[in-house]
Amino acid sequence: MAPFYKYGFFGDEMSLVLAFVLGTGFGFFLERAGFGSARKLAAQFYLYDMSVFKVMFTAIVTAMLGVTYLGWLGWLDLSLVYLVPTHLVPQIVGGLVLGVGFVVGGYCPGTSVASLATGRIDGFVYAFGIGAGTLAYAEVFPWIKGFVNSNELGQVTLPEVFDLPWGLVVFAVVLIAVAGFSAATLVERRFGDKA
Amino acid sequence: MSSDHRPAVMRGSGRPASPYWNPYLAGIGLGLVLLAAFVLVGRGLGASGAFSSSVAWLVNLVAPAHAQSNEYLQGYLGDGTTHPLKAWLVFEVLGVMAGALFSGLLAGRARIMVEKGPRVSTGVRLLCAFAGGILMAFGAHLARGCTSGQALTGGALLNVGSWAFMLMVFVGGYAVAWFMRWQWR
Repeated sequence: MAPFYKYGFFGDEMSLVLAFVLGTGFGFFLERAGFGSARKLAAQFYLYDMSVFKVMFTAIVTAMLGVTYLGWLGWLDLSLVYLVPTHLVPQIVGGLVLGVGFVVGGYCPGTSVASLATGRIDGFVYAFGIGAGTLAYAEVFPWIKGFVNSNELGQVTLPEVFDLPWGLVVFAVVLIAVAGFSAATLVERRFGDKA
Repeated sequence: MSSDHRPAVMRGSGRPASPYWNPYLAGIGLGLVLLAAFVLVGRGLGASGAFSSSVAWLVNLVAPAHAQSNEYLQGYLGDGTTHPLKAWLVFEVLGVMAGALFSGLLAGRARIMVEKGPRVSTGVRLLCAFAGGILMAFGAHLARGCTSGQALTGGALLNVGSWAFMLMVFVGGYAVAWFMRWQWR
């Protein structure tokens, strides 16, 4: 029964080894997709290359279908997989700020690691910026703590909030993704010649 | 025999870089790694948390009293019994470096360079990268995760906050894209 770590199949040390191994796979596929390049990533926002959307949603759909089927088979206890608690308003504001930082800087934290590992100086400077920002955030944390922790909805999923069956939401996400992929390809054809 | 004795990573343009993978193929690979993380350890992938651990560790080295009195950094230092860098995301991010470098070397894409559009100077591009990193740090901390920890991981688990966050990342990005186009086009 999975998750194996939560069922005590192995200990903390082994989980750290797995962290490295899983990270290797993560970094490999990020770089394969071209996400070590800020130009490739930023292209998403200029509509001539929608790879960010395509890769992200393919990954989400793949993992989502995986946990869904493994759950139905009774092999994975999804309630033991960690879910980040929802704080709606801080997360909406955080998403906006992060989106701006993405276009200004060209990366997100994970992709900046892939970029600096492949020699991109801007990725290295970006990661340095994340460090500086984290330091600044730690200093102002006492003043914004109230906001960050506001609006708490707990560990909650879309099927729970909308009171819909899990499978129906999964099906809807797959449909939206497939429609999104077609739309993204049309958008690329429309704006691609301006690249 | 090439006269260039620098390691392949610095030679760069020695051979043409391979094209990137088809996005759906790379996405399936990424999704399977994420699924493996759920099944093996019961958590998803991330990145920003590793930066927090590293910053907490560094501040604790330079100014231990300050680090330990800071509520945010203290959370990443713990009770002092475990090394702050002995964290799951730190090991995972080290793996990301290794995996990306491996892929980049295989494809002939690993080289020392700055990613930018043709109209922007290197100095301005690096300044933007630094500023973007600072914004990213604030966004990720406000949202309790970044594009990996929230959007990717929480997206697959149908987490409510993750989907709200993901939508807003695209909104924020598209909202400023026009004003930043000189950097990329």
